[in-house]
Amino acid sequence: MNQIVRMNRRSFVIGSVTVGGGLALGFKLPSGPDAATAQASAPEVNAWVVIRPDESVVIRVAKSEMGQGTITGLAQLVAEELECDWSKVAIEYPTPGQNLARKQAWGTMFTAGSRGIRESQELVRKGGAAARQMLIQAAANSWNVAASECSAASGVITHGPSRRTTTFGQVADAAGKLEPPKDVPLKDPKDWKIAGKPLKRLDTIDKLTGKLVYGIDIKLPGMLNAAIKDCPVFGGRLKSFDAEKVAGMKGVMKVIPVGESGVAVVADTWWQAKTALDALPIEWDQGDNAKTSSASIAEWLKAGLDADQAFVGNKNGDAKAALASAAKKVEAIYSYPYQNHATMEPMNTTALYTADRCEVWCPTQNGDTALAAVVEASGLPAPKCDVHKVPLGGGFGRRTFTDYIRQAVAIAKEVPGSPVKLLWSREEDMTHGHYHPVTQAKMTGGFDANGTLTALHMRISGQSILASVLPERLQDGRDPATFQGLNPGGAEGVIGYTVPNLLIDHSMRNPPVPPGFWRGVNINQNAIYLECFIDELAQSVGQDPLEFRRKLMTQHPKHLAVLNAVAEKIGWEKSPPQGIHRGIAQMMSFGSYVAAAAEISVDKGKKIKVHRIVAATDCGTAVNPAQIERQIAGSFVYGLSALFYQECTINGGRVEQENFDSYDSMRIAQMPTVETIIMPSGGFWGGVGEPTICVAAPAVLNAFFNATGERIRSFPLKNHNIQLT
Amino acid sequence: MPRLTVNGKSHDVDADPSTPLLWVLREQVGLTGTKYGCGIAQCGACTVHVDGAAVRSCSLPVSEAEGKQITTIEGLVQNGVLHPVQKAWLEHDVPQCGYCQTGMIMAVAALLRDKPKPTDADIDGAITNICRCGTFQQARAAIHAASNA
Repeated sequence: MNQIVRMNRRSFVIGSVTVGGGLALGFKLPSGPDAATAQASAPEVNAWVVIRPDESVVIRVAKSEMGQGTITGLAQLVAEELECDWSKVAIEYPTPGQNLARKQAWGTMFTAGSRGIRESQELVRKGGAAARQMLIQAAANSWNVAASECSAASGVITHGPSRRTTTFGQVADAAGKLEPPKDVPLKDPKDWKIAGKPLKRLDTIDKLTGKLVYGIDIKLPGMLNAAIKDCPVFGGRLKSFDAEKVAGMKGVMKVIPVGESGVAVVADTWWQAKTALDALPIEWDQGDNAKTSSASIAEWLKAGLDADQAFVGNKNGDAKAALASAAKKVEAIYSYPYQNHATMEPMNTTALYTADRCEVWCPTQNGDTALAAVVEASGLPAPKCDVHKVPLGGGFGRRTFTDYIRQAVAIAKEVPGSPVKLLWSREEDMTHGHYHPVTQAKMTGGFDANGTLTALHMRISGQSILASVLPERLQDGRDPATFQGLNPGGAEGVIGYTVPNLLIDHSMRNPPVPPGFWRGVNINQNAIYLECFIDELAQSVGQDPLEFRRKLMTQHPKHLAVLNAVAEKIGWEKSPPQGIHRGIAQMMSFGSYVAAAAEISVDKGKKIKVHRIVAATDCGTAVNPAQIERQIAGSFVYGLSALFYQECTINGGRVEQENFDSYDSMRIAQMPTVETIIMPSGGFWGGVGEPTICVAAPAVLNAFFNATGERIRSFPLKNHNIQLT
Repeated sequence: MPRLTVNGKSHDVDADPSTPLLWVLREQVGLTGTKYGCGIAQCGACTVHVDGAAVRSCSLPVSEAEGKQITTIEGLVQNGVLHPVQKAWLEHDVPQCGYCQTGMIMAVAALLRDKPKPTDADIDGAITNICRCGTFQQARAAIHAASNA
């Protein structure tokens, strides 16, 4: 198992950082092919908890850490129920092979959809609570007393009547041999001492010193390096390449076709491999998609705005009839582009293949599907394969895919016995993504003669992610994920407005550009469409956008509560300072209610400065408020970068943007002050990493309208010569 | 065969003179704390110090680094003690995924050497690293804390 984190809280002296003694453990690579079947060296109380004789506590976490803080939050939940000493906690990942061998003891490893904590909280809390019960039982057995007379706190077990004490480390071995308890009650969150607190992350120190080993940093004895080019046109194939031309280049070992559409150079170092790959003559069969362009896609989607056939996502009353008889109608068309995840660490995987075993080391958001990909690509049975998860240099949804893992295994099969690290160049990464899908929306609102909104029709036209990625999740062809944040009910994303005649429908059009889950997924554009248009509707009848919303939200108290919270904190009722303009937005997504209020200034109609964003979230239960704050501020960087800069245009069936020079991202100079209101109302567990991303853009766009009277409906803003300063 | 001085130690490296310093550091010298992000000096993940100045090592041929003092993130810890910027980063719990952070820390360390008390405008001008997780709010607080340490 991979030891990944342990931070040193008391000392800044790196030289003393060693295993044990309450100090830091670094990330350690598993020691070769046997690692997958290795057992922890110290007593395992249960699948979640290992306690060493020195009292250090290893908590196993199945979810992937990609910056969202999930391993710290999950460890807090285990530690809370375990009643251990938080300063002695370290974390390790079980491997997907171990998860398979132990019949999914750790549940699903899938880490996306802001589900890391909310999906596994019950499982991990029960794991911690069961371990505590077993440790107490073991102590009680050794004293020959009833377990009910004993209690645990900070890793110490006390027998109440006699005041005898022992420690977790002393009884862990015996505890691990006991039957797990059947009845495992959990604490009420109001009694939490470790969970719910703004604790620092467990995995920081090695990120500051360069010691943390990401996938790109893996080093194995005798390791080779590979660079790859896949056909730049989606759906195209590799026709031919001239390996002779690069055969004599320094370090080059082999040129290998990969699948039907890729070619890789294997060399001693990656720079040698990349240099040779750049020099390699390659011919592509571009296939049928070579004529696809952003313009042709946009034209096709535009036709969908009025198409007869559409999947219904939300409907009440008769919106079309009500619009036909409305005293006043307002209509607007919005569109949203393709975007790349652009994780800072490009895709990579290290693979070692022999005739009877295949192991990979890879940054993945889903250990389970990564293992399945290795099994399939290697042709070996699952027990002969394993995946070693490593820290991710960003995920954002991109690393739910296994394309780069399959490629690495295919390359490793050509150099059996030698580990080989496949690393994508930034250019390969930018042009072979699983892109935020492209959609357009036609928004139509109708008022009666009194200026009351009587009808709303939101027609979405565009790409379905599920149709490409998880077609088995389609419902009679309909992609329910398209309607994120717009649903009539459910726990994930309910629309916050009640309109007497409502229709939200989707004309599905799937261009030949692979879509994927991109932090926020479909709420990013849905929130812009809905929340900017609600502002347009308010403005068309001369009403304050906040008051207009409130009237539509009386049946949605949780939505309204977060909206009211940001309005109050930004001081909506009072005029903003001279030169400052405000905008507001709300949404529900990933099970959480979120709202934002932005303050901006605009210079010469084109230069936007975002001074301040107040954000509120009701995520039901807050496991670590400090990390929630960081996720919210970070989500705004991701969301505003998308709003201002990011578009992947298609020309000749390929993505035109190859690097950060044409696909920019926010820097510190553009960062607004983010003020966070965390207001968990209890009784449910909402997501954190993604929900807030969607409210930053409409809040800023609504503020821009208030500043300039100009309504922007296509993105990114750079296409309108609007800059973020 | 280029000879490099990295973190005070001399290394003879077997690399073509045109190889970017980044890849020599990562693949020849074995220091992987310096990260690859873009290869075109846009993102700053590969920032190191060359004779004390912050340099994007992905775009500096190794031949131009010969005879100069190169400091990487691994060399920022002195006598086992974290650099003030690293301390501030720890105290402010700045990193998220952490991948870009070593480059940003190196850029900040160079800034503070030149300007021990930078203003927000100084920070905006000098720190242009891309961080996709969006750690900037905490990073700014940590920079000010480090400058007051």
